[in-house]
Amino acid sequence: MPTHTTLAATGNSVVAEAMRQCKPNVMAAYPITPQTTIVEEFAGFVAKGKTDCEYVTVESEHSAMSACIGASAAGARVMTATSSQGLALMWEELHIASGMRLPIIMANANRALSAPINIHCDHSDIMGARDTGWVTLFAETAQEAYDNTIMATRIAEHPDVMLPVMSCLDGFITTHSIDRVSVMDDESVAGFVGEYEPRNALLDTGTPVTHGAFAGLGGPYFEFKKQQREAIENARAVVSAVGAEYSALSGRPFGAIETWGMDDAEVALVVIGSTAGNARAVARHLRADGMKVGVVKVRVWRPFPYAELAAALKGMKAVAVLDRAESFGAEGGPLYLEVRSALYDLEMRVPVVGYIYGLGGSDVKLELMERVFSDLADIAAGTAAPAGLVYLGAREEA
Amino acid sequence: MPEVAEIQRALAPTWCPGCGNFNMQKALSEVLAESGMGFEEYVMVWGIGCHGNGADFYRSQGFHGLHGRALPLATGIALTNPDLKVIVEMGDGDGYGIGGNHFIHSVRRNIDMVAIFHNNQIYGLTTGQASPTSDQFMRTPSTPGGVVEEPVNPVGVAVAQGATFVARGFAGDVEHLKDLYRQAIAHKGFAVVDVYQPCVTWNKINTFKWFRDRVYKLEELEGYDPTDRTAAFELSMSTFHELTCAPDECKIPIGVFYREEDSFTYQDGLPQLDRPMWKHAEAPRDIGAILEKFE
Repeated sequence: MPTHTTLAATGNSVVAEAMRQCKPNVMAAYPITPQTTIVEEFAGFVAKGKTDCEYVTVESEHSAMSACIGASAAGARVMTATSSQGLALMWEELHIASGMRLPIIMANANRALSAPINIHCDHSDIMGARDTGWVTLFAETAQEAYDNTIMATRIAEHPDVMLPVMSCLDGFITTHSIDRVSVMDDESVAGFVGEYEPRNALLDTGTPVTHGAFAGLGGPYFEFKKQQREAIENARAVVSAVGAEYSALSGRPFGAIETWGMDDAEVALVVIGSTAGNARAVARHLRADGMKVGVVKVRVWRPFPYAELAAALKGMKAVAVLDRAESFGAEGGPLYLEVRSALYDLEMRVPVVGYIYGLGGSDVKLELMERVFSDLADIAAGTAAPAGLVYLGAREEA
Repeated sequence: MPEVAEIQRALAPTWCPGCGNFNMQKALSEVLAESGMGFEEYVMVWGIGCHGNGADFYRSQGFHGLHGRALPLATGIALTNPDLKVIVEMGDGDGYGIGGNHFIHSVRRNIDMVAIFHNNQIYGLTTGQASPTSDQFMRTPSTPGGVVEEPVNPVGVAVAQGATFVARGFAGDVEHLKDLYRQAIAHKGFAVVDVYQPCVTWNKINTFKWFRDRVYKLEELEGYDPTDRTAAFELSMSTFHELTCAPDECKIPIGVFYREEDSFTYQDGLPQLDRPMWKHAEAPRDIGAILEKFE
C-alpha cells in the first residue's frame, strides 16, 4: 500500500508534483498566468535531476502544443500546462492531438478569455475548447487536481482511449491557494500509471509511419472522426475503472459526478470546479434550517456524464445550473445545455434554471448561493416560475 | 495640443518602483506633447506584458491587444486611416517571441508606423522567466539550469530584413531616448526602436548599472554612417554580447543604427490609401447601367 504524506501546498505545486511522479519524457511549455508556477516548479525538478524529462521552453503556446504533438508522435509520454489565451492559441493543435490519438496530458488553469483583458478565474477557456476532442476532468480542490493528473495519465494512455486529457483547475482559487493535500509516494504513483506503450511511434524506425497525412476527397477523414467518437465513448468505462482503482489506492472516492445531500433533496444545484465548496457550505446551513437541498458537482466534463446526472436529478422539484462561462446566443451556459439535455429523457419534467456567475473572477459570495437556493425553493413551492438566464450578482452599473 | 500632464493619466502606474517603463513613458509623452499632435492625430497600440499596462496610463486613442499581436492589429488601424500616426508598444517576449513572425513581416512590409520594444530581457509580468532576449545560460525560474538558446538580436534581424529605420535606446537616458522617438515618429516607413529597459525586479543581471557601464552613443562614434546598411549589420552583430562580458570589453552602442530616407512603404504600394477609407466616395452599388451595355 502507498505511503501518504500530507502537504500544505498550492494546486499548481501538487500538479507539478503529480507530473513528476508520472514520469513524462517530454514537457514543452510557455509561461502564462496563472499556470506558470506549474512549469516553473517542474523546471526546478529538471534542474535538480529529480526527473529525466526533456523540458523545452518555447516561444508560444502554439509552439508548446506543436512540440508536445511531435514528441508524443515520436512515442514519448508528454505533459504540459496552459491557461486562457494560451489554450486559445493552441486551438488548432488541440484538434491535431486528439485527431492523431496522442495521449498528451495537459493541466489547464481556468482563466477568462480577452476581451477586455482579465487574468482571473472563469471557464471560458476550457469551454471554448469543448469540442476539440480532449477528455476533460475538473478539480474542485488542490487534492482533486493532484488526483486528476495521475488518473489522466492512465486514462489517456489506455489502449481503448488513446486520447489527450485535459485536467482543469480553477485559476488562482485552486492554483494559488494553499490547501491540505495528501500525496502518495513516487513508487506507488509510478506503479499505478505504469509504463507507456506507444503505438505507431515515429521512433519505431523499423515500422515507418506518417502521422497526419491528407485524408480528404474520399479518404478516411470521416471514419477517423467516427473512431474518435468511439474512443471518447470508451473513455466513460475507462474513467470509471481507473477512478475505482485509484480510489482503492488513495482512499478517496471518485466518480464522474459527486453528490452531496442528494438522498432526500428536493432541489439541487449543479456546479463544476471550485465553487462546489461554496455551494455545499451554504447548502449545509440551509439544511440545518430544514431546507432539503443538494449539490451535484461534475468532475468529468468530457465525456459528459449524462446518465449519472439524470439519475441524480430525477424527481427534483427544481434544479439550478451554475455556469462560469458563456455560450453567447444559446439558451444558457455550456453546463446548463448539457444538464438540460441529460434530463430530456426523464418521464417527469424537471424545471431547470441557468445562472452565469463569476466571469473574469467576479466574486462568488455565499449570499449568491443563498439566492440560488432561495430561487429554487420558490420554484419548488410553485410561487415563482423558472426565470430566464440570470447573471448572478452582476452590477447594474459597472 | 495636449500637454504631458494630459497625455499621462492621473493614475499611479502599477510598474515596480524604478522600472524602466517610467522613463520610457516620460520620454514618449514629452515627445508626443512637443510634436503638437492632437489626440485625434495618433493612436497607440499595446501588446501583453508590463509595458502593456501602459494602456491604462496613457490617455490616447488606443487598443490593448493580445500576446504578440500588437503589430498586425496596428497594421489594420494604419491601413484604415493613413492619416493617423500609429505608435506600437511591445515587450521582448511579446514582440520578439510569441509575435516574432509579425516583427519580421512588418519590417518586410515597411508599413509606416513606429514600433517601440520594451526590451528587459525577461518575462516581467509573469514574474521572471527567460524571454527570447535573455542571455544564453541565464538562470531564471523557467530555466534553472540556464537558457539553452542564443538570444534574438532585434537590431540585427531588423537591419538584415531591410528595415528602413533601426534604433536602440536605453531607458536610463531619457534625453537620448526622446531624440530617437522624435526621429522614429518623423520617419516614413517602419521605424524600429529597441529599448533596453531594465527590469528592476526580475532581471538582476542586466541592470541600469550594467547598461550604464557599457552603453555609448553611436553619434559619438567617429565615422559611423547610419545610411550604410552593411556597416549597421556588422555593428549589430559585433556588439551583440553575452552576460559574461566584462564592462571594458563589452560596449553596447545606442542610437540610430540605420536609416533610409524616402523608402517605398506598404502604403505607397496601395494608391487607394491616399486618404482614409471614410473619405472615399461610396462605390456604386447599382450596376444595372453597366450590365445594359452588354445586353
